[in-house]
Amino acid sequence: MKRALVWLPLGAFALLFAVVASGLVKPADRTVHSAMIDKPLPTFSLPAAVPGKPGLGSAMFHQGQPRLLNIFASWCIPCIAEAPQLMRLRAAGVPIDAIAIRDTAPALQDFLRRNGDPYERIGSDRDSSVQLALGSSGVPESFVIDGQGRIVLQHVGDIRPEEVADIVAAVRNAR
Amino acid sequence: MRVWLALAATGLLAGSALADSNLPPARYADTALPDPAQEAQAKALMETLRCLVCQGQSIADSDAEMAGDMRSLVRTRIAAGESPADVRRWLVQRYGDYVTYDPPLNALTAPLWIAPIALLLVGGWIAARNFRRRRS
Repeated sequence: MKRALVWLPLGAFALLFAVVASGLVKPADRTVHSAMIDKPLPTFSLPAAVPGKPGLGSAMFHQGQPRLLNIFASWCIPCIAEAPQLMRLRAAGVPIDAIAIRDTAPALQDFLRRNGDPYERIGSDRDSSVQLALGSSGVPESFVIDGQGRIVLQHVGDIRPEEVADIVAAVRNAR
Repeated sequence: MRVWLALAATGLLAGSALADSNLPPARYADTALPDPAQEAQAKALMETLRCLVCQGQSIADSDAEMAGDMRSLVRTRIAAGESPADVRRWLVQRYGDYVTYDPPLNALTAPLWIAPIALLLVGGWIAARNFRRRRS
């Protein structure tokens, strides 16, 4: 019994080492995922963010057609990287609406002129309240909403070129 | 010297370009509620809610813009008559238990609550055994 106990500290060390080493090899996922997946889109109504383009309300997402809801901002650098992918999604027939976080019309117009404008509607969320209601924790993020207003998918961060096909498929399957 | 200055300047620029918008903080981000009792409730709640951007800080401690917007949301809802528990539930519905520093007791968090008590019991048992042995 005593002799076996001698190995206990070494065993404890090995266990701790394994825990710490596994954390190094495979770091924890720090992405904050929305808990709203498979739940209905919260009711909201946002004013137009740029002149000449309508604002955005949750009623848009109950018309039987799946849509992509993009959360972005003109001050967000990864949103610039994401813009070409959104244009490709638009070209593939995915209807895209947007919520602009903490933004102004001139800055947005400048952003859209430079990076393209794939959006049918842009709602202005000046105090991030709708973003918080969606369970989104940053820009850019994208949500796939089915035709009945149910959130089916959240994509955190900018959409990469290799992820465009998956998003198109998710929108197709959301009918 | 000049190289260091240039490096520092690019660092500052990159920092400011990455994170923030040009809008002022939300209405109640850094402004106390007029009612001191409500403000105390809101403040206590904010200290137990996690900032989603900085993750290690509460929204009461964080300078992130989103934390400011969350503080404003908490104060607005408390001012509208919601209880702190309601506001916490609203946020947990959206972000999961992750958003609260006061985790509810369920199957997943049970070890968190039970482990300290279990360790205390084991410690007491070992101590009692040692004392008994010494006396005999």
